[in-house]
Amino acid sequence: MTGAEVMERPIEGDISLREAEEFIWREADILDRADYEAWLALWAPEGRYVIPLKPEATDFENTLNIVYDDAQMRRMRVERLSGGFAISATPAARTIRLASRFVTMEAGPGLIAVRSAMHLTEDKFDRQRVFVANVEHRLVRRDGALMIRDKVVRMINADGVLTSISYLF
Amino acid sequence: MSAVSSEPNRDYAALSRGDRVRTTIYSDPDLFETEMEKIFGRTWVWVAHTSEVPEKGSFKRSWVGTQPVIVSRDRKGELHVLVNRCRHRAATVCEHDSGRTSSFQCPYHGWGYALDGSLRGVPYSEGYGEGFDKSQFGLRRLKVATYAGMIFASFNEAVEPLEDFLGHARVWIDLFMKQGGGFPVKAAGEHRFSFPGNWKIQLENTTDAYHFPVVHKPFLQSLDAQTEEMFSFLGEDDGFVQDLGNGHSVMVMMPELIDLDADEGWQIPARFSALADQLRERYDEEQVRRIVKAVGGVGFNLNLFPNAACSLSFFRILRPVSATETHIRHIALGMEGGPPEANQMRLRLHEHFQGPMGFGSPDDAEVWERVQRGTAGGPDLDILVNRGEGLEKQGLHGLPRGDVSAETGMRAAYAMWERMMAQ
Ligand code: FES
Ligand SMILES: [Fe+2]
Repeated sequence: MTGAEVMERPIEGDISLREAEEFIWREADILDRADYEAWLALWAPEGRYVIPLKPEATDFENTLNIVYDDAQMRRMRVERLSGGFAISATPAARTIRLASRFVTMEAGPGLIAVRSAMHLTEDKFDRQRVFVANVEHRLVRRDGALMIRDKVVRMINADGVLTSISYLF
Repeated sequence: MSAVSSEPNRDYAALSRGDRVRTTIYSDPDLFETEMEKIFGRTWVWVAHTSEVPEKGSFKRSWVGTQPVIVSRDRKGELHVLVNRCRHRAATVCEHDSGRTSSFQCPYHGWGYALDGSLRGVPYSEGYGEGFDKSQFGLRRLKVATYAGMIFASFNEAVEPLEDFLGHARVWIDLFMKQGGGFPVKAAGEHRFSFPGNWKIQLENTTDAYHFPVVHKPFLQSLDAQTEEMFSFLGEDDGFVQDLGNGHSVMVMMPELIDLDADEGWQIPARFSALADQLRERYDEEQVRRIVKAVGGVGFNLNLFPNAACSLSFFRILRPVSATETHIRHIALGMEGGPPEANQMRLRLHEHFQGPMGFGSPDDAEVWERVQRGTAGGPDLDILVNRGEGLEKQGLHGLPRGDVSAETGMRAAYAMWERMMAQ
């Protein structure tokens, strides 16, 4: 998953870190409101949404992941979470996430890759659970708007003992 | 393990009565301690797959009941299962999940242990008198045996041979391993998650087909029509659950996928046709068909009492943590040296259902949690495992066989539970 594919596309101008931050905050808000249709619309169709099983994994294709979604799997995942049939999402846990410590990993024409820290609190069954992750967003500009080309969520305890999770990071 | 029960006279038969169990068996901490001693302390417990300790010096952390152990392969290639506890002052000697090493060094005072657990080095050993015999202070070693690549360990020196314990389950294990498609089966990564509930709630689930269309409706809806049809095995009369003795049982959901080497009449499903085309570039048709059929896994779930399951295309291993907490490992299986595109497909299929964010596991985990939460009500009510009773036929080996949604597997497990708890 390099920027190469993206770089070959027409150059539409640079993306500032500030613009990326605002995008990531908006995405976090969309996810906390569980507005999954709006979330799908943020994606470039060829994008990959990955939650690797090892915090430092790079070969997502040949290793086991927690999530490895192309557009079709993202759509199916959203249907699962919003269809009202998934027991673990009915009722859904409430979430509030904080995104902070934004760092530019890579920048180029029409592209920015940002790493940020995420702290998510889940509330359900009278208990709260916490997830912490480094989140890598690769954002591209398409027809003037920012879109997610790739998103990799590296949970601090990805290879540890997790709990069932019925929302998106 | 000590052989003395905290409650020697307890009437376990009254807790499990064949077709129902008392609610307290999901929550009673004393009972949990007794289970750790009488079940996990005495029988064979699954600890690892040989591919997780592939070479000399490989090790892998695991558990037998609540006790931490290390599975290691020594310089001669022999397997050992060692309690992860220094014999001096009890520090764990290994906190890496897996890896390679030449020895285990205790971080506290530096006692050094060989891969077979024997105590090799004691710093400043002159501080011990003449009577100090190093051979007495190796890491505690469990009995070890393997079957078809699965490593089992036991604290019980007098435990029956593993082959006898597995008994009628062995032929199913052999069938399960055919999903290597001619290649050896290897562990290819694992999801781990916990749920706040008793381990027996999970044990029951492996042969519970009754819940599948209800709990896994969102998973079924995410499949193509042909695959969905394949997973709609309830209400058809060719599936079954068979008691295999010793608490083991098998639930056959797709009888046409019992023996993956049997090719006759089998058609490559649409979801695998692209994979088949890719494989045809390098393999002959017979091999292509064998590999593709193996990619989907077997058509049954095999429950091995007390903690392991061979399920469709993965291992499901449970670890009791307390009366009300259980950890689960879902180990994906691949084909060692097999075609990468086939292994990738297996990983994607595993991700689709399993793990903390799969389309199936979170729903399972949550209904298990709901069972635990519900048992806070009606402590005098029983848990029913009587589905299919009176409808069972005499199956293989003269043991009961129910239709696919019967609770025959749970009754088999509770009969063994009762037998072991009464010993
Ligand atoms: S506790 Fe291990 S050497 Fe002292
Ligand atoms: Fe299930």
